[in-house]
Amino acid sequence: MSAIQIIPIQWYLLLSTVLFTIGVLGVLFRRNAIIIFMSIELMLNAVNLLLVAFSSYLSDSKGQVFVFFIMAVAAAEVAVGLAILMMVYRNSKSSDIHMLNKLKW
Amino acid sequence: MITTYLFYLLSFLAIMFALMVVFSKNPVHSVLYLVLTFFTIAGHYVLLNAQFLAAVHVIVYAGAIMVLFLFVIMLMNLNKETEPHKSIWLKASAAVASGSLLVVMVGSLKGAASIQSTQAFDPGIGLIENLGQTLFHEFLLPFEVSSILLLAAMVGAVMLGKKSIK
Repeated sequence: MSAIQIIPIQWYLLLSTVLFTIGVLGVLFRRNAIIIFMSIELMLNAVNLLLVAFSSYLSDSKGQVFVFFIMAVAAAEVAVGLAILMMVYRNSKSSDIHMLNKLKW
Repeated sequence: MITTYLFYLLSFLAIMFALMVVFSKNPVHSVLYLVLTFFTIAGHYVLLNAQFLAAVHVIVYAGAIMVLFLFVIMLMNLNKETEPHKSIWLKASAAVASGSLLVVMVGSLKGAASIQSTQAFDPGIGLIENLGQTLFHEFLLPFEVSSILLLAAMVGAVMLGKKSIK
């Protein structure tokens, strides 16, 4: 018995929306660049969950294949992003995003 | 019946751990709460008959990505509460902005009840056999392109991580 036969799709939509909004809140709320990265991961996972729910609901495996690609992109993004963060930390001794205002007009 | 209770339990835990990620002061605690959030999402995948994806999710996210985060936090020596805090106005505006985003998105979900499945439910959709058929028949080119993406990410990470770039 799969959950999608019992739970209406609206509950999954609501859960993913709430998780995505918590990710947005984390990006806006915190100053530590690593926490902002983690919030972005949270947003990606909210979208992944919705893709899997709809894939199961519509009996179409394309959605789950998309989740694979999102995982590959997330892994690449984290590797490069954390390398950039280490670079910033080496130059400014801080992971505070408010140090990065040199390009601000 | 037990599936319904499991859904509610996992949803509650996912939202609570996600909030703890944002609001905990220590970055190491944030990482550990994020790992717990990923485990609850993997539980959701199992409930949705996507067992293979649940296993891959645990391996890739909880096993690889979060270990990378922990390494970077330990390298930066951030495992203490040193973060300077934003002003109260910035925090309030962040909460108001994301709250109104939530309201708008929930409001736009009103028509979701009219989504109807056209096919009969197939419990084998998340098995490796079906996923592999779809991946290597319809998505062969994106699969190959993603290998180039991973190569580019690896080269970029090594370039950025070097001590001095001439």
